[in-house]
Amino acid sequence: MSIYLNKDSKVIVQGITGGEGTKHTRLMLRCGTQVVGGVNARKAGTTVTHADADGNDVDLPVFASVAEAMAETGADVSVAFVPPAFTKDACLEAIDAGIGLLVVITEGVPVQDTAEVWAHLQGKQTRMIGPNCPGIITPGEALAGITPATIAGKGPIGLVSKSGTLTYQMMFELRDFGFSTAIGIGGDPVVGTTHIDALEAFENDPETEAIVMIGEIGGDAEERAADYIKAHVTKPVVGYVAGFTAPEGKTMGHAGAIVSGSSGTAAAKKEALEAAGVKVGKTPSETAQLMREILGSR
Amino acid sequence: MEYQAKQLFAKHGVTVTEGIVATTPEEARAAAEQLGVVVVKAQVKAGGRGKAGGVKLARTPDEAEQHASDILGMEIKGLTVHRVLVAPGASIVDEYYFSFLLDRSNRQYLCIASVEGGVEIEEVAKTNPDAVKQIPIDPGTGVDEAKAREIVAEAAFPAELADQAVDMVLALWKVFVEEDATLVEVNPLARLEGDVLEALDGKVSLDENAEFRHEDHASFEDKEAADPLEAKAKAKGLNYVKLDGAVGIIGNGAGLVMSTLDVVAYAGEAHGGVTPANFLDIGGGASAQVMADGLDVILGDEQVKSVFVNVFGGITSCDAVANGIVGALEILGDDATKPLVVRLDGNNVEEGRRILEEKNHPLVTLVETMDGAADKAAELANA
Repeated sequence: MSIYLNKDSKVIVQGITGGEGTKHTRLMLRCGTQVVGGVNARKAGTTVTHADADGNDVDLPVFASVAEAMAETGADVSVAFVPPAFTKDACLEAIDAGIGLLVVITEGVPVQDTAEVWAHLQGKQTRMIGPNCPGIITPGEALAGITPATIAGKGPIGLVSKSGTLTYQMMFELRDFGFSTAIGIGGDPVVGTTHIDALEAFENDPETEAIVMIGEIGGDAEERAADYIKAHVTKPVVGYVAGFTAPEGKTMGHAGAIVSGSSGTAAAKKEALEAAGVKVGKTPSETAQLMREILGSR
Repeated sequence: MEYQAKQLFAKHGVTVTEGIVATTPEEARAAAEQLGVVVVKAQVKAGGRGKAGGVKLARTPDEAEQHASDILGMEIKGLTVHRVLVAPGASIVDEYYFSFLLDRSNRQYLCIASVEGGVEIEEVAKTNPDAVKQIPIDPGTGVDEAKAREIVAEAAFPAELADQAVDMVLALWKVFVEEDATLVEVNPLARLEGDVLEALDGKVSLDENAEFRHEDHASFEDKEAADPLEAKAKAKGLNYVKLDGAVGIIGNGAGLVMSTLDVVAYAGEAHGGVTPANFLDIGGGASAQVMADGLDVILGDEQVKSVFVNVFGGITSCDAVANGIVGALEILGDDATKPLVVRLDGNNVEEGRRILEEKNHPLVTLVETMDGAADKAAELANA
C-alpha cells in the first residue's frame, strides 16, 4: 500500500518531448514506473524511446490530447512538464479528460491560473498535486515527478513537504527506515493537495506507521494541519518548519514563503504543531532523530 | 507605490485623480501652480506615510515647494523618499475601504469592503468587526455586474452611490484580473463633495510569476530601494536576499536554503552569535557559471567572513556541483578570498567529494554533514 500512486499506476507525461519532460520520463521509467505515453499536440503520432528499469528500450507513443492518451493506454496519472504560460490549459485539459491524478511540476505558474484550475477541479474526479512541486514517489513502485528514486527505499514513513530539496534531505536522513510514499505538495500560495489531504491519506494507509510533515514560513497551512492532526490523526507525526530566521516581509524563493505580520512565522507554526502533540525538530537532523526514537521504540 | 497603483487604476477605468509626480521641490511647486490646493505625498512602498509626516496639505505653491523639500529624502520605515505625488486637494465627505485579494487558505479570492475607511483595515476589524464585510469570490466565475451589486449591497455603501460603486467594483476587478494582482486595495475610497466616488489612495501587489504576460510590470520595480547586492544578483537571474550576518549561504532549493539559514543561526550561538549573511538559492542547475555568479555576489558582501555551500544533489549530481565550485574558483581567481565550507550529499556524492579533495583548494573545507558544516562555517566567520 501507499498513497495516491503505486506499481499499477499508468503514467503519461504532458510535455514528454521537452527538455525536462524527456529527462524525467527517462528517470521515471528507470526506477520502474509504468510510463505509457505522452502528450504533445504538435508531435502527435510520433514516439519517443527510453530504457526501462531492465535496460530494455520502450517506445512511448505521443498523443494529441490527454483524453486520447487515456483512451489508448488506460493511463490514470499525468505528470505535467509544461511551461508556465501553458500550464493552465494543460491542467484544464487533463481534468476534463478525467485523469485520476495530475502532478504539476512546473515552477512559476501565475497564481490566478492555479486558482482558476482549482475552481474548475471542484466536483471533478482529479486529484492535483502542485504546481511548483517535486511530485510524488512510492519507493520501489512508482515515481510521478522528479524526486530522485535512489535516495531511500520502501519503509514505514509517510512524508509530506512543501519543499523539494527538504523532501530529499529528510528522505536521506531516514533512508535506513524507508518510506511508504513521499509527497512534495509545492511551495506556491495555491496548491492542489494540502498537508491535510496527505495526512488523511497516510492515516488511512495501513503501510504507513508514522508521518513526517515538513512546512515552511508563510500562510497558515501548517496551523490548519495541526488542528487536523489533533482531531483526526492517530499515527505519530514528527514535524519540521523551515524559516525560523527568515526576516519579515521578504520572499525566500517560494512564492508562498513570505512572512507578514505575526501569523505565518515558523515559531507560530511550531507552537501550533506542538500543541497538537506533534514533535517538532529544530533542524532536519534533529527531526530525523525524533522519528528514529518513535520508530525504534515500536 | 501609490502613483503606480493609480496609473493602473486609471488604465482600467477606476475613477481616480492621478496627480503629478515630482522628484524636486521645484517640480512640486510647478505642479501646485497647475493644480491649486494640493496634497504632497511621499511615494514609498510602505504604509503609515501620513503618521510619519510624509503626507502634507499645501494651500499655495510656496507651501507645496516647502513640503516637498521636507519630504524628499526623508526615511519612512527604512525607505528613502525619492519622489512625491502632488495630488489635487479633495473635499472628502466620507471614507470607505475596498479590496480584492487572493485568499490562499481557501484557494479563492476575497473581497473586503467597509464603510469605515481611511484608517488601517486591521484596526477596524478589531474595533468594529461588523463593519468589515468579507465576500468570497469564485475564481472560476469572477465578478460580473450581478456579483458587483451583491458586493455593494453587502458592503452597505450608501444607496444613492450604488450605481457608481458597482462601476468602481467592476473596474477594480478588471485591475485585479487583467494585471494578475494578488491584492488591489483602495483606502480611502472617498465620497467627495457632489457625491462622486473616487479612489483617493491605493495599493496593488502584482504576481511576479505572471510577469511574462505583463511586460510593463518590470517598470514598477522599486530600483532605488533595492539593495545593491540584491540588484546585482537579480541582474544575474539569482534568487538572493541580503541579510545582516557574516556567513554567506549558497544552496539549492528554497526550502533547503531556508533550513540552512536556521541551522547556521543555531550553530552561530556557539560562535559569538554569528548569523547568515544572505539567502541564495541557485536552483537545480548549479553549473560552474551559476556557482561563480553566486559566489561573486556573496564575496562582494563586505560583511561576509565565511561561505557555506550546502547542496543536496537530487537531480543535479554532486560531481557537477563540485566541478561548479572548482570552476567558479578558477573564474574568480584572486577575487575569491574567503573560506568556503562545502557540504555535498545525494546523487553521485563520492565523485563530487573526490573532485574537491583532489583539487585541495586552500579556501575549501569539505564537511560531511549539514550540521557539522554549519558549525565549521560559523566558527570560521567568528575567527
